[in-house]
Amino acid sequence: MRTASDKRWAACGHILMAVLSILALTPFLLLLIASFTEENAALRNGYSFFPKAWSLDAYKYILQQWGVIGRSYLVTIIVTVVGTLSGVVMAAMIGYTLSKRDLPGRNIILFLVTFSMLFNGGLTATYIIYTQIFQIKNTIFGLLIPNLLLNGYNIMMLRNYFEFTIPPALIEAAHIDGAGQTMIFRKIVVPLSMPMLATVSLTSALRYWNDWMNGVYYLSANSKLQSIQTILNSMNENIKFLQQNNMGTTVDASSIPSVTVRMAIAVVGIAPILCLYPFFQKWFVKGIAAGAVKE
Amino acid sequence: MQKAIVKNINQTDIKRGRKKKIVWKKYIPLYLMALPALIYLFINNYLPLFGMQLAFRELDYSKGVFNGSFVGLQNFKFLFATKEAWIMTRNTVLYNLLFIIVDTIVGLGFAILFNEIRSKRASRFYQSATLIPYFISMVVVSYLGYAFLSAENGFINNTVLRIFGIEPVSWYSEAKYWPFILLFVHIWKGLGYSILAYTARLITINDEYYEAATLDGASKWQKIKCITIPMLKPAVIMMLVLSIGRMFYSDFGLFYQMPMGNGMLYSTTTTIDTYSFRALMKLGDITMSSATGVYQSVVGFILLLGANLVVRRISKENALF
Repeated sequence: MRTASDKRWAACGHILMAVLSILALTPFLLLLIASFTEENAALRNGYSFFPKAWSLDAYKYILQQWGVIGRSYLVTIIVTVVGTLSGVVMAAMIGYTLSKRDLPGRNIILFLVTFSMLFNGGLTATYIIYTQIFQIKNTIFGLLIPNLLLNGYNIMMLRNYFEFTIPPALIEAAHIDGAGQTMIFRKIVVPLSMPMLATVSLTSALRYWNDWMNGVYYLSANSKLQSIQTILNSMNENIKFLQQNNMGTTVDASSIPSVTVRMAIAVVGIAPILCLYPFFQKWFVKGIAAGAVKE
Repeated sequence: MQKAIVKNINQTDIKRGRKKKIVWKKYIPLYLMALPALIYLFINNYLPLFGMQLAFRELDYSKGVFNGSFVGLQNFKFLFATKEAWIMTRNTVLYNLLFIIVDTIVGLGFAILFNEIRSKRASRFYQSATLIPYFISMVVVSYLGYAFLSAENGFINNTVLRIFGIEPVSWYSEAKYWPFILLFVHIWKGLGYSILAYTARLITINDEYYEAATLDGASKWQKIKCITIPMLKPAVIMMLVLSIGRMFYSDFGLFYQMPMGNGMLYSTTTTIDTYSFRALMKLGDITMSSATGVYQSVVGFILLLGANLVVRRISKENALF
């Protein structure tokens, strides 16, 4: 029973959402086309959707420099995998502890987690503590640990899931059968919480993949540990970054197609996310709708 | 006599101890499971609270960072004597206000229209497309921005403005354009997320209300005005109040990456976060940066407490604590 008015509203929705979709996608198209533009055409006519000449030079240059780019890819992948796995395991474990209502001292732990979400010492104080006391500057821990590993929000999401979604009778039954807490956690709680664990893992992985701030704070400019995002950031600050870091191979500075290479490296940086997007999108949509993914 | 009492006490102690042990034993694995996360929170969230003392100390490298003598509020006096202190506070608060208002109106408006679309395939496509910017890091967004805005190579100067015969604009050195650019980027990156979040709330409204209104001959606009908006009002008010609690924090990535560190844009792009960052990493001024950090943390926390108090008054279940 759809009236003409309903259809008009739907048409209006279609038009606006279509415009919005185009607006969301065109910058990526420009980036992609710019990376395939011939350097001189880009210099003369700027980045364009219809370049006068096409070329693969930017990507050829990236392949020549694969020492730097490939290494940064490897760093990003390692940090993302290790950080996500250890962070989610830690969050799930404390989340399980907090889901026990009869636990003595639960409120103290709960307060410690909640307060960490509400008040923090700020980035400067954090930076001083990490560099002066823990000395993590220019180590892989600088990318892995500060701010990204765990957050109170994920802990609370997991705790709520454990406490309200998993049937207590199941855990009780396992108890009576003589299973210990760790056994119950591994064999019952974790398998039953896969949807929430997947959402939390994905947000965490995305945060690691996209992080450039830890690289800015905890790596010096010539560090070998630069992740792909850190390289992109360094190129923003210093257009000659790649030349200075080309690991001994002598490349004539003027021969670098710098205007298009910038864009090609950005493409390389987002390609994995865009390729995997169709697969993880579903989880995110569910997570956002359930309020499990914070802005 | 005395010996007997001592013995007695010892025995009760042992008894109590044993009794405790039996109860605690059950919980030990649970405490151990919480331990790694607690250690991390201690290092990452609680130790920096002690680091805040730097804002009240003089910086003396010869004595070590933490051993400078206490100077009270002197660092804050220096901070608030600069004109940046006013600029960054103004920018942070105004951008937050602007973003809150625009996000609510645009997000809600688009969500209502999006909800009218019946075609499953179309809405899935729109959702996927508009959500993509949300997954991209701010560094990459700054590259996208550069492709459009670069004075020499940008698409806008070389194509758009040329078509209309307008002189090229050097976007990265004219501060007056940046409130619009930053607002646009903020919406571009976040609108897909907002639409999704609001849609999730919209679909919880019971269809019977709409059906009843249809029977009474209500128009679509009347239904939106008299059902949708009143039903969403509590949630929206709650979100508004809570964003006031975050008024002193800005999206560091947006304000740091988009202007690409251009000094000529500071007047409209500096926020508390970017100032604190620049003081620490570019100027090496630990004291000023710490003072800014403490200023942000303390005022931010007071705002958050106030906002939470208001939310508790309106509806207790939505309060943060």
